[in-house]
Amino acid sequence: MRTPIAYFLLLAGLLFAMGTVGVLVNRNALRIFMAVELQLNAVNLTLVAFARMHNDLTGQVLAFFSMVVAAAEVVVGLAIIVSIYRRRRSVDVDDVREMRW
Amino acid sequence: MVETLTSHDASVLWVIPTLPLAISMLNLFVGKRLGRWAGVLATMAVAASFAVAVASVADLLSRPAGERLASQHLFDWISVGGFRVGADLRLDGLSAMMILVITGIGALIHLYSIGYMAHDERRGRFFAYLNLFVFFMLMLVLGANYLVLYLGWEGVGLCSFLLIGFWSDKLTNAEAAKKAFITTRIGDTLMLVGLATLVFKFGTLDFVPIFGAAPTVLTKDAATVIALLLFAGAIGKSAQLPLQVWLPDAMAGPTPVSALIHAATMVTAGVYLVIRSHVLFEISGVALTVVLVIGVATALFAATCAIAQVDIKRVLAYSTISQLGYMFIAVGMRAYAVAMFFLVAHAFYKALMFLGAGSVIHGMHGEQDMRQMGGLRKVMPVTFVTFAIGALAQAGIPPLAGFFAKDALLEVAQHTGRTAVYGLGTLAAFLTAFYLGRMLILTFFGKPRSDAAEHAHESSPLIWIPLAILAAGVAFAGVLELNPEGKLTSLLDPLLGALHDAGGLPFATLAEIAVAVAVVALAITWWIYGSGRIDPNAFRARMEPMATAAQHGWYVDRAYDVVFVQPAKALARMTGEVLDAKVIDGAVNGVAGLVQRAAAGGRLIQTGFVRTYALVLFLGAVLVLGYIGVRV
Repeated sequence: MRTPIAYFLLLAGLLFAMGTVGVLVNRNALRIFMAVELQLNAVNLTLVAFARMHNDLTGQVLAFFSMVVAAAEVVVGLAIIVSIYRRRRSVDVDDVREMRW
Repeated sequence: MVETLTSHDASVLWVIPTLPLAISMLNLFVGKRLGRWAGVLATMAVAASFAVAVASVADLLSRPAGERLASQHLFDWISVGGFRVGADLRLDGLSAMMILVITGIGALIHLYSIGYMAHDERRGRFFAYLNLFVFFMLMLVLGANYLVLYLGWEGVGLCSFLLIGFWSDKLTNAEAAKKAFITTRIGDTLMLVGLATLVFKFGTLDFVPIFGAAPTVLTKDAATVIALLLFAGAIGKSAQLPLQVWLPDAMAGPTPVSALIHAATMVTAGVYLVIRSHVLFEISGVALTVVLVIGVATALFAATCAIAQVDIKRVLAYSTISQLGYMFIAVGMRAYAVAMFFLVAHAFYKALMFLGAGSVIHGMHGEQDMRQMGGLRKVMPVTFVTFAIGALAQAGIPPLAGFFAKDALLEVAQHTGRTAVYGLGTLAAFLTAFYLGRMLILTFFGKPRSDAAEHAHESSPLIWIPLAILAAGVAFAGVLELNPEGKLTSLLDPLLGALHDAGGLPFATLAEIAVAVAVVALAITWWIYGSGRIDPNAFRARMEPMATAAQHGWYVDRAYDVVFVQPAKALARMTGEVLDAKVIDGAVNGVAGLVQRAAAGGRLIQTGFVRTYALVLFLGAVLVLGYIGVRV
């Protein structure tokens, strides 16, 4: 007997919520980054779960694409964070607020 | 009457206006280097034009009466769809007389100007404008359609403006030029509407098809509208009531300009226009009556103004307005040949008097006030004799030209049963003789009333030779129309239609009355101003406040100032300072300010806090998803 889809979705929702809260409450850029990864993985879990439910591999394929994009994004994002750190010896996002009115 | 002349091609007509134009351009661009030659070349150009004009007219006259029409097509000017206007010239009896006057008298005035303007640094420019004027005036009278006529019409207006304000370093001169231009513009605008109406009705501006089709195409009312619109142009150009105010001020220009433009030629363009368009006026009938009434009113009005003037040139200006009124009287009575004869005679004696006045002013070192003159006949004999001939001619003393012209006019009035016109015309003739006698006596008789008058000198031969030639012309121009079957009538009647003579008092009786009126008027002026028995100043004082009112043109100027000029200026101020500054600028600045304020508020949402953006993003996503959830 298969595990009901609801469990997967519940777990995914929980992960996504944790990620969202993490993005909103953290000031450290690296922690925000980790929270964003958590959100991405929650979405990936949802995709895979629905793929299993429908017996359709499209969802799994999409999850792979998502992971590739996430990896690429991490590369660029980390590079930016590193260069910000080199410049100001800090990765606090609230300090980086030159781009405003 | 519809024109039935057969036309022939003439290939030299274009030369007549082109000569002055070419020299005008030469003087305009290199006039400064030409020095004295500027005037000589300009005079030669007009004289050469005169020679060609004489040859053309002689050729015209050698043909039988029914074929006296020459035309020349130069090029297609406008060709839009079915509407075509060519640069066409045409020479017939009417334009023949005009071009002879323009080039003939024009050449003499150019000659005079060489002497008159000898010490002016900008004489090259002066002669350029003067020649340009001759060009436009010739185009006006030679044009074979209304558009060429209108080109000349506006062109002479422009030259008039340039020459009135020629000494524009003096503000009043520049203002007089502006006034002349704007006042005539009122008439010109109405005339342009008239031309547009012609295009609308006939689809062409050529004289021949318009006048041919007019009796069938136009209703009486349509003809009245068109004729009155054209006449409005004539009123402006010929300084008739109610647009007469610009001409006295136009005397600010150099005196040769007054003689050529504001006496002999340009101001008579209105008379020419009405005679040229006589077919339209005759279909209307009402329009002719309007012409007649305006003519009578102007002749009397201006004559009363002339009596009270103290500036010698302003006397002549009002006198010109009055005489133009006479011409319109003749036109209004359909006596076109008489009007043209009057026009030619007037061109001679008025040009003569203006040039004579110029000679006096020259001799008096710029003084124009007649109260400062007196006794000049002894020091300026040639000027005196020629000026007197001109004045006597205009006063109507036989055998000078003016006598025949005025008498022919009054005869027509009497013989067509227009007793009121005859009476008022005779009254105007009395006033004419009166102001001329007053001017003559104040200027040339009595004792010198100022140092300038005592030390005045005769002008150079360059100035008095044209005077002498014009005086001879005035003396003998009367032969053009010595009897009702005169040469002029026979030239113009096939073109314009003969006048039906209902009969009346015989010519000799009318002539005796006219001469008696003139002589009595002159005698009265002698009694008042010349005999010494009456103090002219006391006489004038007894006539106050009428005398001052007349001197100021019965305050028409002031009335126009209150009724039109001040409200227009107030309106301009209102639009400038309130409408433009507050409303229009306010709207533009208001919109810009609104955008600026909205932007100032809107940009505050760019806080620079990444986590705020993330929160807004999250809430936005929740909103969108929530909306989708509710929909589904």
